Amino acid sequence: MSDLPTLEQTILTEIAAAGDEAALEAVRVAALGKKGSISALLSTLGKMSPDERKTQGAAINLAKDKVTQALTARRDILKSAALDARLASETIDVTLPLREAPAEQGRIHPLSQVFEEVNVIFADMGFSIAEGPDIETDDYNFTKLNFPEGHPAREMHDTFFFNPGEDGSRMLLRTHTSPVQVRTMLTQKPPIRIICPGRTYRIDSDATHTPQFHQVEGLVIDKGSHLGHLKWILHEFCKAFFEVDHINMRFRPSFFPFTEPSLEVDIQCRRDKGEIRFGEGEDWLEILGCGMVHPNVLRACGIDPDVYQGFAWGMGIDRIAMLKYGMSDLRQLFDSDVRWLSHYGFKPLDVPTLAGGLSS
Amino acid sequence: MKFTLSWLKEHLDTDEPLEKLADKLTMIGLEVERIEDKAKQLSPFSIARVISAEQHPNADRLRVCMVDTGDGDAPVQVVCGAPNARAGLISVFSAPGTFIPGKNITLGVGTIRGVESRGMLCSAAELQISEDHDGIMELPADAPIGKGYAEWAGLGDPMLEINLTPNRQDCTGVHGIARDLSAADMGKFRDPGIKQIKGEFPCPVKVTVADATLCPGFALRLVRGVKNGPSPEWLQKRLTSIALRPINALVDITNFITYDRARPLHVFDAKKVTGNLTVRRARDGETVLALDGRTYTLDSGVCVIADEHGVESLAGIMGGEASGCDENTTDVLIESALWNEINIAQSGRKLGINSDARYRFERGVDPAFMVPGLEMATRLVLELCGGTPSDNVVVGNPFGEDHVIDFPLAEVKRLAGIEVPFPEVRRILGHLGFMVAGSGPVVKVAIPSWRTDVHGKADIVEEIVRIVGVDKVPMTPFDRGDAPRKPVLTTIQLRTRRAKRALAARGMVEAVTWSFISKPSAELFGGGQAELALANPIASDLSDMRPSLLPGLVAAAQANANRGSSDVALFEVGQVFKGDKPENQLVAATGVRHGFASGKGMGRHWSGSAMADALDAKADAFAVLAAAGAPMQALQIVPGGPGWLHPGRSGTIQIGPQNVLGYFGELHPRALEALGADGPLIAFEVILDRVPDARQRPTRAKPVLELSAFQPVSRDFAFIVDRAVKAGDIVRAAQGADRKLITDVTVFDVYEGKGIDDGKKSIAIAVTIQPREKTLTDQEIDAVAAKIVAEVTKKTGGTLRG
Repeated sequence: MSDLPTLEQTILTEIAAAGDEAALEAVRVAALGKKGSISALLSTLGKMSPDERKTQGAAINLAKDKVTQALTARRDILKSAALDARLASETIDVTLPLREAPAEQGRIHPLSQVFEEVNVIFADMGFSIAEGPDIETDDYNFTKLNFPEGHPAREMHDTFFFNPGEDGSRMLLRTHTSPVQVRTMLTQKPPIRIICPGRTYRIDSDATHTPQFHQVEGLVIDKGSHLGHLKWILHEFCKAFFEVDHINMRFRPSFFPFTEPSLEVDIQCRRDKGEIRFGEGEDWLEILGCGMVHPNVLRACGIDPDVYQGFAWGMGIDRIAMLKYGMSDLRQLFDSDVRWLSHYGFKPLDVPTLAGGLSS
Repeated sequence: MKFTLSWLKEHLDTDEPLEKLADKLTMIGLEVERIEDKAKQLSPFSIARVISAEQHPNADRLRVCMVDTGDGDAPVQVVCGAPNARAGLISVFSAPGTFIPGKNITLGVGTIRGVESRGMLCSAAELQISEDHDGIMELPADAPIGKGYAEWAGLGDPMLEINLTPNRQDCTGVHGIARDLSAADMGKFRDPGIKQIKGEFPCPVKVTVADATLCPGFALRLVRGVKNGPSPEWLQKRLTSIALRPINALVDITNFITYDRARPLHVFDAKKVTGNLTVRRARDGETVLALDGRTYTLDSGVCVIADEHGVESLAGIMGGEASGCDENTTDVLIESALWNEINIAQSGRKLGINSDARYRFERGVDPAFMVPGLEMATRLVLELCGGTPSDNVVVGNPFGEDHVIDFPLAEVKRLAGIEVPFPEVRRILGHLGFMVAGSGPVVKVAIPSWRTDVHGKADIVEEIVRIVGVDKVPMTPFDRGDAPRKPVLTTIQLRTRRAKRALAARGMVEAVTWSFISKPSAELFGGGQAELALANPIASDLSDMRPSLLPGLVAAAQANANRGSSDVALFEVGQVFKGDKPENQLVAATGVRHGFASGKGMGRHWSGSAMADALDAKADAFAVLAAAGAPMQALQIVPGGPGWLHPGRSGTIQIGPQNVLGYFGELHPRALEALGADGPLIAFEVILDRVPDARQRPTRAKPVLELSAFQPVSRDFAFIVDRAVKAGDIVRAAQGADRKLITDVTVFDVYEGKGIDDGKKSIAIAVTIQPREKTLTDQEIDAVAAKIVAEVTKKTGGTLRG
């Protein structure tokens, strides 16, 4: 059996030379298969004497182990190489541009976003949200709010009217959301804490006025709320809404038929290249009107002004949205230009919360 | 309301600087809108003399002037287009580098038609001191050459403009503004009182007031032998300083008192008035040529002052041309009257006249100043024009009743949240002209005649607080109380919010369009009712309340296409109007898609693109409905929809025929044409109010989850059916085969074409069978499959595809 080392060497050489798994398998079959060369040697063991079998057997088995190990090792190498070769051919162009996810492309209009921001802030202060119709009666829009018939104060509101009905009365498009306050006072008993967001209309069209616009008004009626509370609420609101630690506000006496005393509120700001900073600067920007609800309004809504009192305010949503987010032209809010909407709009998952931030 | 600092100081003894006075005015409710300091603005403009003015060689209308600017240097060459540019004229010159306010430009050295021009001779309009732009200014011969024009012209008096609130008629006069400032510690109020002037003969003109509700009071007096002409410089300057045009002394006196005392007056040339005066309603069709040069046709709503010839004056609004005063006037009738505020407002609006008189009368002038106003005017007429006054004729009772209210001092704290000591209350009210009697806790407060805006306790609180300063009211934290922290949005508000987010999450962009649309567009979508048509629309295409959001969105999509963005997916969630009652205002969620804005994604893309189609709109509608909490299993889809949708590519979403929730599909080409939009355009509309309310549940816990221990089995079937058969019917038939075991049926293939007969199609479904109690045997599964085939065949006539 002097050829065993030769045979072993030959097989190991063949294993090393096998270029793929099929060739390697052929080598394995030729060596270790039923009719393989090493299998053939093993089959000769039965005819040997016990002593010869002992030495030859060990030698042949050693050779078989070596071959088996070499086969395994070679198979691993070939498998790995084959995988590498396959992977090397499997390429994609990772620079192909993605299609943007719908949730990244869709937009919420800045007005919707700001309405939600306002709701979140006032809900936290214990206000609920009331709504009413856009088409109103003269009584709810004016008379119950202490605008006497024919009074010049009515002319402050350039009103859209509908044609008179058969009874001579005519409906109108509400010029403010105050009719919602009237509807609330007529149907709810104090204490009342509501905000009334909604669309309002006045005949006006220029760079700073559009015939439709949006307001949010607030109303508090109870037995003790006064101007000091009103100032505090508006101050808290402005800080929260504009997301600043400090804001300077100026309360000026003014006139509205439905409040007495009446105030207008300015916030201090600095304008710099189209950007507005709050809490600093020289400019005062008027942002809202407010006051103690006029006794005539309370009376008209069936509330005794000597027992109950309260305050109301109203501000333009379009205006505070523009101020906060740096939009320059009111008319663009209603232009539906997708370029503008994509830029100033909000993503659907940007839901305003107090815990997570209104705008972040 | 405009006035100047020096005018204010006639009524207020003060040394406070302008800025402080202006700030204080704003803080007491007289908001200063503008301060105009002409002296500052016009400092570069100087007085100059035109030495020569020659015809421009290349232009008929231009002259080449040599101008002496008074600086001792050589004359300056200026090309001037004014017809009055002539040698010897004294005018106003501006050098290169000067900002010209009336033109909003900064002057440079120019060459005009080949001739160099080194400056400009200016018109009054260019300096924004009047609207006169007929020629360059002509100054008197003694105007000092080289001196600053503004200083010489007395423009050094800063002008303030107050954005006056409609309640403060008393501050339509400088006197009232000064009174407010004195209450706010800005100086001493000068109120010397008005002296009565004794008449020297009875007034020959009688006055009859036909309707005392239109004219509560009327005072008149004749001054004979006046000499009318230009008013003196001080009076002209008062008027020009607030951009009023001086006319003649008699007219200027009335304008002056209007602004000085908030007391409009009128002067008639007595010689042009025939007989007595009657205050009455106009007769329908009566006309009058007013002082603005226009002829007005009147009706019985308008109150007039008439003589025997007819209407001489639009009462309280504007005088008539026929009896107006001019330089030939020798006898003048001075009128001081009271008019019904509402009638003045209505008449003024109807006639379209905005005059200084109307502005004051519609706010309600001080009734007690009717006669003193007449006395003051008489004194000025006598001083400036001479003459002999008659007795006053006074009709009516202008004084009214004293108005006294009981004022509990605690009201200040109750409403304003600030303690103001009684002496301070008394001081403030006293300065404002209120009389306070008593010392508390309830005092009597008499309201002065000029404060027609003050009626009750709250008004008194306002007077005190605005003078004390609203900034002094301490901010008081507002306790939210122990009310539970529950959601505050109503169902419809929640649906609205969720619908918006759901649509945006599908890549759509939210638009906000106008609530009003054109009548044809409204009619196209079932609107256009008379009750929803505006009586005074801002434009003809914004005339009717929208019955649908689609016209606005379609127009928006088209506008975007015109701007180059034709692949658009827009939505809006907002109000639509089916009638003028509150219950007829509904909230619609509506969207449109155009071009490559399909469910596959926006625009063309290597990964695959598709034009938006009706089923994208269906998916949008379903996203809205799911977000709004609609019972999705109960929704029925019926082919077809309203007339504005393509009849074969549209569907109606309903829960029974009585509750239609919405529509989807391709817009009808005729609707597109009517809206002026390019198609195809796909759209959906869902009415959020129509979504049934979900049942209220007592807890937030979700129903118990039942997970089957047995593996579900999926079986595929393909049916050949007539082309008209709806996939939905096949799905429903398959589901109906075994409601217990079949948990899901999906359509995974729809095929028409080669291998399928004409008029037929193949629909392949995958059915999920969920064993409930034990694993199913093959025979049991086959039995379910056979039932599915039998059911589909029975309901749709379909056959299993071989």
